[in-house]
Amino acid sequence: MTEFLQHLVNGLSVGTIYALIALGYTMVYGVLKLINFAHGDVYMVGAFSGLYLARGLGVDQSPSLFKALLVFFGSIVVCAALGVIIERFAYRPLRHQPRLTALITAIGVSFLLEYGFQLPPVTQGSVPFPPGPTPRFFPEPFPRVDYAPFGVHVSNYDMVSLAVAVGLMFLLQFIVYRTKFGTAMRAVSFDSSVAGLMGINVNRVISWTFALGSGLAAAAALLVAGSRPTINPLMGLMPGIKAFVAAVFGGIGNVPGAMVGGLVLGLAEEYVAGYALSSYRDGIAFAMLILVLLLRPAGLFGRVRAEKV
Amino acid sequence: MEQVKLALRSALPFLIALPVLWGVSEVLRYYEFTSFQYILMMAFIDVILAVSLNVINGFTGQFSIGHAGFMAIGAYTAAKITLAARGLEIIGLPPGISDQVIFLLALLAGMCTASIAGFLVGMPSLRLRGDYLAIVTLGFNEIIRVVIENTSFLGQATGLSGLPRRTTLVWVGMGAMATILMARRLVGSTHGRALLAIREDEVAAEAMGVNTTGYKVRAFVISAAFAGLAGGLLVHLIQLCTPRSFTFVKSIEVVVMVVLGGMGSITGSVIAAFVLRFGVEALREAQQYRMVLYSMLLIVLMLTRPTGLFGTREIWDWLPRLRRNRAEGGAR
Repeated sequence: MTEFLQHLVNGLSVGTIYALIALGYTMVYGVLKLINFAHGDVYMVGAFSGLYLARGLGVDQSPSLFKALLVFFGSIVVCAALGVIIERFAYRPLRHQPRLTALITAIGVSFLLEYGFQLPPVTQGSVPFPPGPTPRFFPEPFPRVDYAPFGVHVSNYDMVSLAVAVGLMFLLQFIVYRTKFGTAMRAVSFDSSVAGLMGINVNRVISWTFALGSGLAAAAALLVAGSRPTINPLMGLMPGIKAFVAAVFGGIGNVPGAMVGGLVLGLAEEYVAGYALSSYRDGIAFAMLILVLLLRPAGLFGRVRAEKV
Repeated sequence: MEQVKLALRSALPFLIALPVLWGVSEVLRYYEFTSFQYILMMAFIDVILAVSLNVINGFTGQFSIGHAGFMAIGAYTAAKITLAARGLEIIGLPPGISDQVIFLLALLAGMCTASIAGFLVGMPSLRLRGDYLAIVTLGFNEIIRVVIENTSFLGQATGLSGLPRRTTLVWVGMGAMATILMARRLVGSTHGRALLAIREDEVAAEAMGVNTTGYKVRAFVISAAFAGLAGGLLVHLIQLCTPRSFTFVKSIEVVVMVVLGGMGSITGSVIAAFVLRFGVEALREAQQYRMVLYSMLLIVLMLTRPTGLFGTREIWDWLPRLRRNRAEGGAR
């Protein structure tokens, strides 16, 4: 029973992270019909910008809650800007090209970030830039406290992470379904050319969508960096792909679907790896993806649309 | 008589290539250009990979980014067979020739298993389009890697070592020749026309009675078989078979070759494979910049010339004397 609960806790904490990243995928797919392959690497950039900010503010010498918040929101802003820049220069010129063209560009951007961050350093400092391939430790903004109710290990980082992630998801739900911007975004997702005719500035909506998704990825990265504190330039590859699986599982383009998909994937991984096939953890997501696509290609909440000629 | 002539004609390229390749490799050995010979062999393996991926990505218009998975299957099958057959000799043959025959059988077995895998991956492509298919092939590539890393029979993460060095310039050259001929003849055949039709417009092709799913699966099977061949040749060149040689990064390298050369152009793929392989060797000191260069190449190419260097054309389309009537499909 203890083991079961422990897996539940771990699964939820991984699952919320997947869900946050998956939201970025699903929103971008919704408005552009593009798999933003570079999204996992935006998540990695989020972790590193958090590291630079934390070092710059001296979080390891004198940790404080204010600095932690500054780091958190600072890297969200950095990543949002990065997302907008990527969209502006890599995807927007290709919007009227075949979709594969943009997908190839996205793969290119992803590799550029991954391997660009592994280049030999240009600037010196406590953490050089680019940081190089060595894993780095993320400073802890507040002391770690472990609790063990019923023998289940939970740290205060896990609780903060879960609370923040759930809070962000509610915030996003509010933005998408209750604000003017959210309405515009859903309109663009439904039919961008008609939305443009109705006076919606499609380019601006797409830019903001990228900003929102990338900001969520940065938040996810910082929540992960808090509980599992090493970061490296390739850290975004696997979570990125798995979050994509989560988005497809929930029905890509569907916001609540991405949340559910992330949680289901996190729990599935944790339970399958914990009880049966521990070394196959990374394969589970792909097996799940192939099954979903074979059995229900539109995903859990996706609607099947007839193909128009 | 007519049939003998036909058979001779189709075997002609091989009959010409064999002595030429053998001569080149002897000359290279005589002057001890060992590293050049090695790079040349790697380039030929890249040619096999790029041309075979072009069958899916270029001719059929699907987008696979899991080519290294098929490579891995072919490589492990071939490696297992040559390891098991070490010390064995086929009765009645001198040892040198017997080894070569066993190697050929191992490569063919690798092609078979890889094509079975291609069939299994091709099946989901029956319901998936474009970008979803890309992710499934990527996922398949990762599953292969995870499975290999967890199977003690296949040496787990350390892989299989101590393979005999069987791959020679003649072997890779003939492999590349076979792949190019396969692709060339495929495009000219009914099957190839069906593939091109699927690329140009899937719905229209289906309306014209092309069994789109069947042809897509066939394209996957053919392409996977040759990827398996490349895998088998590669591991018998570097004498080591590890999952690290067949990661996602390898798949992307092949995709870069195909995209650079032009999706749908065989000569484009060949030239891109040679350019990238020799370019990488020339920039050996700048090894860490390689992937950055590849990624920038992809982005810049897509932004400025999404058709690649050659588009769907072949190099002889620019030779005025040999210019053919390009009434065939695929001309932009």
